[in-house]
Amino acid sequence: MRKVFVVGGAQSPFTVAQQKTQVELFSEVSMEAMAASNVKSKDIQAIFMGNVLGDFSEGQAMVQAFAADNIGCAGIPANRYEGACASASVAVRDAFIWVASGFYDIVLVGGVERAASLGTPLATRTFAMASDRSYEFPSGLTFPAVFAMLAHLYAKTYDKPLEQVKEEMATVSVQSYKHGIHNEKAQMRKEVTMEQVLSSFVVSTPLQLHDCCPFSDGAAAVILASEDVVKKLTAKPVQITGVGQASAGPLHGQKKTLPRIYSRELSVKQAYDMAGIGPKDIDVCELHDCFSIASLIAAESLGFFEYGKSGEAWIEGQADIGGKVAINPSGGLKSRGHPIGATGAAQVYEIFRQLRSEVEPQRQVPDAKIGMTDTLGGDGGTLVNIIMKRGW
Amino acid sequence: MEYKLTFEAYNKALKKNKLLGLTCKDCGTITAPPKMVCSECAGTNLDIVELSGKGTIKTFTLNNVAAEGRECEAPYTIVLVELAEGPWIMGNLMVIDPAVVTMDLIGRPVSMGKLGPKVFPGDKYSAGDSARPLFNLES
Repeated sequence: MRKVFVVGGAQSPFTVAQQKTQVELFSEVSMEAMAASNVKSKDIQAIFMGNVLGDFSEGQAMVQAFAADNIGCAGIPANRYEGACASASVAVRDAFIWVASGFYDIVLVGGVERAASLGTPLATRTFAMASDRSYEFPSGLTFPAVFAMLAHLYAKTYDKPLEQVKEEMATVSVQSYKHGIHNEKAQMRKEVTMEQVLSSFVVSTPLQLHDCCPFSDGAAAVILASEDVVKKLTAKPVQITGVGQASAGPLHGQKKTLPRIYSRELSVKQAYDMAGIGPKDIDVCELHDCFSIASLIAAESLGFFEYGKSGEAWIEGQADIGGKVAINPSGGLKSRGHPIGATGAAQVYEIFRQLRSEVEPQRQVPDAKIGMTDTLGGDGGTLVNIIMKRGW
Repeated sequence: MEYKLTFEAYNKALKKNKLLGLTCKDCGTITAPPKMVCSECAGTNLDIVELSGKGTIKTFTLNNVAAEGRECEAPYTIVLVELAEGPWIMGNLMVIDPAVVTMDLIGRPVSMGKLGPKVFPGDKYSAGDSARPLFNLES
């Protein structure tokens, strides 16, 4: 296997419903990513794109082929990846494998979504399509409901009063907003207090509005390059040193490990083993905080904190910049936003910028050398982890 | 290889308040809802069995925001129930009183009520209707 590097990238503003098409959103970030990587359209050998609901949001399937044509890359292979909210991370991992294998030297990887454009009722319906349509959606399952049930199970499993877990969850949201306010591309740039979180509308008990990430429109893209060409493109490449991916069936079938998401534990072990490191080596992590409880659950399975203890870690600042591991300095899905097909690429781009010390100073993790992404699709159905380190 | 217990057959039985599953003739594990293979040993030596519809609540939520087309159902309580036969299964609970739908529900025994299941009539995306168990709290 050859070494594979991220050489540049771009992210659109993540927003509420807006009028640019998916082709336009993806084309803009693609051109920016290419410019930042010192490559031109003719240099791109393949496109790997995450996109989940384009068919529903604007009546456009196969957006990857139209985007390829739009950016002057007509004729090259262009693939769409659908792994629910982890789609772009699946795309990055597959692109990594193709470049590592020697098949391609320079590829464009990213994702695009107009989830906010769906509107909340249709977004709630279509997001639920990533749950089991036969045996779980009939009960009225929605994504907040999945994580609401996991929150109750978390409190029971670790024998914690629900009020304490709710306070821990609120702490997660407050920290995410605190960082997102400094992220120029974030959707929700405002300070939110514990009191505001705990008095917000109850979506699905015990989850309240500020426990939930927003629906978002947006796109992100990165350029991956092989070790054979990387030196011509940038002096500060970021190497992808480990990748992992795993799958799981419906929620009811995960009974042996819930509230832990077992596919995450399989995935992150692959990534750690490939990179030859462990959780203690991670300086910065962009993890999948679709709901505040999801952060607590994720941080434990990634090995940062003991099971049932991550809430205390957040309260003590151990999950913040300056703590044990800086989690979601971008603001995470909560504040940056969650255009589902693009999220994984935005996470990779954030780690890329963090390792190069290029983010806004208020949210820069000092001297970050190794970072990781964690992206969850559905209720654990698809899980991807990507580990990156400075490559200069 | 033919699918032993299809969604169509499972759904048809559930609409008559009969909960079906699969028993593995190799390892004895009960798989429900159905899958192609045994959920424990991945074996294919399976027989269809009727399950008791009794179990205990493992977790729950009282959901206030429903998907498009199902707004009239909210609020409703979703439960994950561990059946007496072992599998976990998702359904609704009769109770939606916030004073009752609390952490105290976890561990409470439930059974599929005589009122029968609830049936989602389907929408333009669902290729037909689908039933789910409706559980009652046992006193």
